[in-house]
Amino acid sequence: MPSRPYDEMRGDGQHVRHLYGRVAAWLDATPSSLLARRRAEAEFIFRRTGITFAVYSDGGDPDRLIPFDIIPRLIDADEWDLLHRGLTQRVRALNAFLADAYGPREFIRAGHIPEALVTRNPAFVPFMNGFPVPGGSHVHVSGIDIVRTGPSQFHVLEDNCRTPSGVAYMLEDREVMMRLFPELFRTHRVRPISHYPEELLRTLQSVAPPNCPGDPVVVLLTPGQYNSAYYEHSFLADEMGIELVEGADLVVRDGVVHMRTTRGLRRVDVIYRRLDDAYLDPLAFRPDSVLGVPGLMAAYRAGNVTIANAPGTGVADDKAVYCHVPDMIRFFLGELPILQNVPTWQCARPDDLAYVLDNLADLVVKDVQGSGGYGMLVGPHATAATREDFAGRIRATPDRYIAQPTLALSTCPTFVDDGVAPRHVDLRPYVLGGGSGDPGSIDVRIVPGGLTRVALPEGSLVVNSSQGGGTKDTWVMEREA
Amino acid sequence: MLLSRTADSMYWMARYIERAESVARLLDVGRRMSSLVPDPDDASSEWTSTIEAAGCEASFAETHGTPTASNVIDHLVRDVRNPSSIFACLATVRQNARAVRTALSQDVWDAVNGMWIESQEWRDEDFTVEGLPRVLDWVKERSQRFGGALANTMLRREAYWWARLGMFLERAENSARIVDVKYHVLLPRGPSDVGGHLDYYQWGAVLGAVSAFRAYHWVYRDRLEPLRVAELMILRPELPRSLLSCASQVTYYLARVAGSEPGAGAGEEDDELGGPTKTVTGHDRSPSLSAARSIEHALRTTTIERIFEIGLHEFLTDFVESVNALGVDVRREYLLG
Repeated sequence: MPSRPYDEMRGDGQHVRHLYGRVAAWLDATPSSLLARRRAEAEFIFRRTGITFAVYSDGGDPDRLIPFDIIPRLIDADEWDLLHRGLTQRVRALNAFLADAYGPREFIRAGHIPEALVTRNPAFVPFMNGFPVPGGSHVHVSGIDIVRTGPSQFHVLEDNCRTPSGVAYMLEDREVMMRLFPELFRTHRVRPISHYPEELLRTLQSVAPPNCPGDPVVVLLTPGQYNSAYYEHSFLADEMGIELVEGADLVVRDGVVHMRTTRGLRRVDVIYRRLDDAYLDPLAFRPDSVLGVPGLMAAYRAGNVTIANAPGTGVADDKAVYCHVPDMIRFFLGELPILQNVPTWQCARPDDLAYVLDNLADLVVKDVQGSGGYGMLVGPHATAATREDFAGRIRATPDRYIAQPTLALSTCPTFVDDGVAPRHVDLRPYVLGGGSGDPGSIDVRIVPGGLTRVALPEGSLVVNSSQGGGTKDTWVMEREA
Repeated sequence: MLLSRTADSMYWMARYIERAESVARLLDVGRRMSSLVPDPDDASSEWTSTIEAAGCEASFAETHGTPTASNVIDHLVRDVRNPSSIFACLATVRQNARAVRTALSQDVWDAVNGMWIESQEWRDEDFTVEGLPRVLDWVKERSQRFGGALANTMLRREAYWWARLGMFLERAENSARIVDVKYHVLLPRGPSDVGGHLDYYQWGAVLGAVSAFRAYHWVYRDRLEPLRVAELMILRPELPRSLLSCASQVTYYLARVAGSEPGAGAGEEDDELGGPTKTVTGHDRSPSLSAARSIEHALRTTTIERIFEIGLHEFLTDFVESVNALGVDVRREYLLG
């Protein structure tokens, strides 16, 4: 392991940072038994509301709760300002890259990225070639995973440009905290986040298709109640006041998408889909998909409906493409990157491959198409045999792997079995990209903060909820006068 | 305007919670009647009649032999292989509620989800003759809470009408089944008991199951007469679970569903059960509404004497069949999109 991790409450030393002064005092004054009681109350509320994360595979509990930590994670106004500017810049560049990848391909022609990495990428959707998306926005909703390693050192760990989830936890964590600890909100000026669904709706309305006849009718398309994020789908539809539809509720007639209602068919203009590309339209993608809508892609290209996020955005969040995002920022925006990438070795390059194989014990190796913490090797925590096995896989298909140093992720005070102790965290802010006409300057909205994920086992660096990670409420503080 | 799937889920959510309550009420009749038999080994006909009235004789025969208190309780309360068991109904209710969360008020969701969470706390010892009343009371209380949340917190729009429609269609069918338990009990014993003490208590059990024992005395101010009990349960508009009440509510909500958006001329909700349904005109082209009107009309124009001439059991069987057919019509007209 590298040097001692940065603790967001105590900084590098033993003194509590000014930002955390009142939280530290509150923790000192509150006995563990009371914290435990509050945590039990929080769990009761989550279960009552049905905020569960269903894992239907391998006999998992269909009503599993994601662990919630009741100690908030704080971010001060300057830190947020930096993050906000950096995220806006990054998502604009990613969007410009997508418009280019499905358009003139100048970024490729200028030699900034190998063509094969883009056009032969499994996430590349040829159907999108030459199609100008409504309002110029491909990435209407993205989740950019941020890790912190020092006082002002924030890195982007990965970009999620397909159908990132978790925003309902961000919102519900805040609701629960306000209910359990009203006194903390009286002593802290926390920036509100509850307007996220409104901002999301406005973003979706801003990308109405060219042939939309009036006020756009927006719907949320879900794979259904057996999807692990179903609660979030219903929550967002409810908060936005739009219909939550399944594939079978939609039908394409004369190139226009409609929903089936008790009063016949009603036109649909914008679809916020929480369904992977491959399942959207059996005529265009997987013919065996029963979740999608036959004819949807043709309706999209005819300008009769908008799909958000646009199909094919996955090519921008590929872990090998990730290495090129700083270049995208320079190329498309003519700016210097505000947020840095984590140093990354691409096993596709012979020099990088040699380095990775020699240093496996210090590195984290990831499958470029993997997500959710699956298919990765955390070198320092793996046995020699596991590393050897993984090395074989890397040699067999080096293109599939990238490697990064084991970062000393920052820690935050967390309530665990033996009291309050530091645990590693990351942050996923949700970035909305509305239509502006210009792919390089889409209308970006970000509610302050995001979802903080925390690795609950001591020393663990894996924050994914599918791997036992928990969540925390994230407080972005108002600037002090 | 409502997604057909949403309407469908609202309808089934309400139907299944009503079914859970009705099965609880049926079991309560069975329990009361069997307790009138001095030797519990002799009570199998009471439990048989409960299974038959619940329409579960086929599923029961597949898994069990002679009906006893414990296997009937098991089959009707918690056996999830029986889709009409109380716990299977509750699972269906929650599944439908999850599918339409966005159409539910917070209170309705709380009622459904809370019921589901509590349902998992019952233990083996609760599914016995001694434990049964507690379970049945809980089902009835929770179902009432659902009905209350629905009535008190839902917007008077289509989603609500569909839930009410499902509820009253199911209740119409189940009220008929509850009256019919008495027929199934009498059958093996023959008519010799008619007019005896047992007969009296059995009709009392039927009334008790629909919480109408006191109502009978308020309406008739007289001792229990089979003819009057049947009249109360079938034809009296004042009794909220009578077949006529249910049928007129079904007509009312079908008219709302067939009608225009709220505020465009449809009458206020039909809280007064006494008079004929306020007519919502101009939708005679709806086949399911016409069918509902004719069911209601038949009830309004007959007498209990005439029903007994046809045969009570035959009348009730016909009624259940026509309500079932109406359910099929409704789905065909609106829900299959």
